[in-house]
Amino acid sequence: MPGIKTQEILVNMGPQHPSTHGVLRLVIKTDGELVTEVTPIVGYLHRCAEKIGENVTYDQWIPYTDRMDYIAAMGNNLGISLAVEKLLGMEAPPRAQVIRVLVCELNRVASHLIAFGTFGLDVGAFTPFLYAWREREMILNLFEMLCGARMTFNYIRIGGISFDIDQKFIDKTKEFIEWFEPRIKEYNDLLTYNRIFVERTAKIGIISPERAISYGLTGPNLRASGVNFDVRKDFPYCGYEKYQFNIPLGRDVPEIGAVTGDCWNRYYVRIEEMIESIKIIKQTLENIPAGEYYDAPKKIKPKAGEVYTRIENARGIVGFYIISDGSEKPVRAKVRAPSFINLSILPEIGKNVLVADLIAILGSIDIVLGEIDR
Amino acid sequence: MGLTFKEIVEKVKTQFPDSIVSTQEEVIQPWFETKPEILNKVCRFLKDDIELDFDFCESISGVDDTKNLWVVYHLTSLRKKHLIILKTKTERENSQLPTVMDIWKTADWQEREIYDLYGIKFDGHHDLRRILLPEDWQGHPLRKDYKFPEDYDGIPLR
Repeated sequence: MPGIKTQEILVNMGPQHPSTHGVLRLVIKTDGELVTEVTPIVGYLHRCAEKIGENVTYDQWIPYTDRMDYIAAMGNNLGISLAVEKLLGMEAPPRAQVIRVLVCELNRVASHLIAFGTFGLDVGAFTPFLYAWREREMILNLFEMLCGARMTFNYIRIGGISFDIDQKFIDKTKEFIEWFEPRIKEYNDLLTYNRIFVERTAKIGIISPERAISYGLTGPNLRASGVNFDVRKDFPYCGYEKYQFNIPLGRDVPEIGAVTGDCWNRYYVRIEEMIESIKIIKQTLENIPAGEYYDAPKKIKPKAGEVYTRIENARGIVGFYIISDGSEKPVRAKVRAPSFINLSILPEIGKNVLVADLIAILGSIDIVLGEIDR
Repeated sequence: MGLTFKEIVEKVKTQFPDSIVSTQEEVIQPWFETKPEILNKVCRFLKDDIELDFDFCESISGVDDTKNLWVVYHLTSLRKKHLIILKTKTERENSQLPTVMDIWKTADWQEREIYDLYGIKFDGHHDLRRILLPEDWQGHPLRKDYKFPEDYDGIPLR
């Protein structure tokens, strides 16, 4: 009711809370149902992976990068491999390049499926989560077939990949694509245009393009605000310039009342990105060059120098800033973690919203705590 | 395509004649070093100039080369599609640099992370607290002279 002021209460959400997607703690100042201030407190999973990086060799650090963004770990493997390859002044063989794109895009689909499923959970839709899990399981089975691991792969290595793919893997992947393509419509019927879901997400937590850029958002969160920036298109790596795909952007959808940069758009950009990823996967499967899949020097000892590489992972730009002094171990191994930077906008957009909307906003940002805390 | 490294440095030089300490071009990715006192003005210029247009501060990293502490800014222009690497250094004792969070909001958390792990204080930062480590943690782990503690609040760590 207008005019009535209630007493402000501090509410502690997390670190053990189902909708914080891990061990994230939010200190919320509430005025009745209204959140007047939100302070994220992170660091519960901190292992100082960057310090570890300075004490292990380049190859040994790759498994640690798996454990940062463990939902889309292929991208992290690729980021560190590309950085060290650039320091060494070499490139992976063509066959490895194509397989890298293939597995990264498969991983992107798996990761967006989690984002889709858990976002539904956050706003009260349980069933889509089970559908998402079913399809994700198939992708994880593919990865298991490929390298034995389901989440922390250590698959992409400096100089190529650790195992070659065979015909069986290609056939199974094609089978998966055939199964997966019609599922998108199912997701849309189930959740995307569901009236309750739309009411919970449209026009909630709107991020303007200027604000998104200023806060350094990347990935689907940035593109949902209508900013057309994707490293795969703008600074291509691994031969992404050869593939035909579109960059889905957020937009106003008057029929359902969604506006650019709101929670619904952040969600829907991910659904559209899955379709684009499938397009890329199809193109890679048709054209896998023969030849070597791994070609690295016996001892990885880059010359003194430094390099910063960026790749587009499921949550945004993963940057690796590596400084070498000519020895087997890096002097500095820094990771630009997209979730960490994406989360920093929460105090700004989590102001003056309802408690229930705060959950929707947090879910729409799609964070992974392993990467935030490193 | 956007401007090259040389053109960007040339523009900064004309605007601030003695801001650039050194430039490194014979490396994989060229960079230039600027004086810390003028860092904020240089960054403001890089962002506001129409041709440079560095609207996106991609990454801010701390570096310890055992003599000095460095802060490295990887800037990108989303519209012009060009990049620049800007460095600045500070002493190990009483290390202090101006904040850039009034220019790019993303600097808020990234500078807090550097403060946490390197102990560099950012002048003018609105909320400079530790972010990844507990509030009562001693020392800054990414410094090269950091000694791993024996215990934390009486809990043995080894």
